[in-house]
Amino acid sequence: MSTLAVIDYGMGNLRSVSKALEHVAPDTNVVVTDSTETIRSADRIVFPGVGAMRDCMDELEKRELSQVVRDAAKDRPFLGICLGMQLLLERSEENDGTTGLGILKGDVRQFPVPLHDPEQNPEERLKIPHMGWNEVMQRVEHPLWHGVPDKSRFYFVHSYYAAPESEEDIAGTTRYGFGFTSALQHDNLFATQFHPEKSQHLGLQLLKNFTQWNGS
Amino acid sequence: MSLAKRIIPCLDVDQGRVVKGVQFIDIRDAGDPVEVARRYDREGADELTFLDITASHEDRETIVHVVEQVASEVFIPLTVGGGIREVADVRRMLNAGADKVAINTAAVFNPEFVREASERFGSQCIVVAIDAKQVSVDGEPLRWEIFTHGGRKPTGIDAIEWSVKMVDYGAGEILLTSMDRDGTKRGFNLELNHAISQAVSVPVIASGGVGNLQHLADGVTKGGADAVLAASIFHFGEYTVGEAKAFMAEQGIEVRL
Repeated sequence: MSTLAVIDYGMGNLRSVSKALEHVAPDTNVVVTDSTETIRSADRIVFPGVGAMRDCMDELEKRELSQVVRDAAKDRPFLGICLGMQLLLERSEENDGTTGLGILKGDVRQFPVPLHDPEQNPEERLKIPHMGWNEVMQRVEHPLWHGVPDKSRFYFVHSYYAAPESEEDIAGTTRYGFGFTSALQHDNLFATQFHPEKSQHLGLQLLKNFTQWNGS
Repeated sequence: MSLAKRIIPCLDVDQGRVVKGVQFIDIRDAGDPVEVARRYDREGADELTFLDITASHEDRETIVHVVEQVASEVFIPLTVGGGIREVADVRRMLNAGADKVAINTAAVFNPEFVREASERFGSQCIVVAIDAKQVSVDGEPLRWEIFTHGGRKPTGIDAIEWSVKMVDYGAGEILLTSMDRDGTKRGFNLELNHAISQAVSVPVIASGGVGNLQHLADGVTKGGADAVLAASIFHFGEYTVGEAKAFMAEQGIEVRL
């Protein structure tokens, strides 16, 4: 039986992530853990996160998990979700500048306030956080998009967004005032700004794809 | 195409059963919450909200079990409100599988609780529920006040000022119920909703008074709501969530179909 580690560093509710994974992959051993040993030996890694990036970085450091996450991100199927996507980048504007794990090149930026979409309905002031179901345009073919139609809607809740340096790392984009990167990919890494565990059957499909992905 | 407006069925739960009162007084039984939740998920609900209206403290564990069971099979955002008074209550609900908690009366008595909860768990999971009633009389500029205890107790607090303050304290979303309209089937209080939606930066969920599908659409187009919440029109089979979405889409509102 393969093992999937959901990294628990005290930030937010991991129960919905683990429940969804158990639901789509009954044959996988899903472990919610902060044990470096368990993470190092797991076949697949899910790296979730909510809240403020600095708090997340502090908690990762406190539990001596930063290096473990960096190592795991090198050689195994690895899925970052929400803040777990943003943390992969080098730095964020959050809290006047926060350093990320720097696994991928790029920044995390704040949605400008007030936010308007000049092309769609310029009168409407868009609310922050970006909360609810929005469309994801698939920018690459990827095993994790298998069975997920292009422009499917997924559930988002965030006030910051990823801005990767390399176009090649962009797996999906979404429009909220402007187009931003809503999914990242790099070798064995995949990451989503949206919450697949809360995105009904298409979210579950993406998670199922992940549990069957060999990382290439 | 962009962000969809959300339709959120609301389940008022009393001792483990879905009920719906008219202006919070009369109660009608509408079934087992887990079954009802499953049905709304199938129909395409964008989120679900559970409001625990159980009076006695001993029966409060019931809602935890309901949330646990729903969360293990329904994979859309779940909000739980009612009796959330301290950080331990928030943690218990999140651990049971809720994604957000709605804080109502406790916020009025102790606004710092909202700050504490949002700092601890993130603004994304803190919804502040506001029960507002019109207090201005005809001829005066419109004014609404916050009421607590299911709309029975006035607080003297202005609803718009309160919303702005709650967002400042870390609310990630406002669930706005018009106590004048709740249970009446006369439609949302659009002036109230529009005023609050304009005043705050975060999404506002309109609630209270939905009697038909036009009311839902008006909440978005005239009330500026980011999401619309309704209970009885869905519970008693008058409309499905799918019908509501199709209707809104016909009126040019972006929904998740």
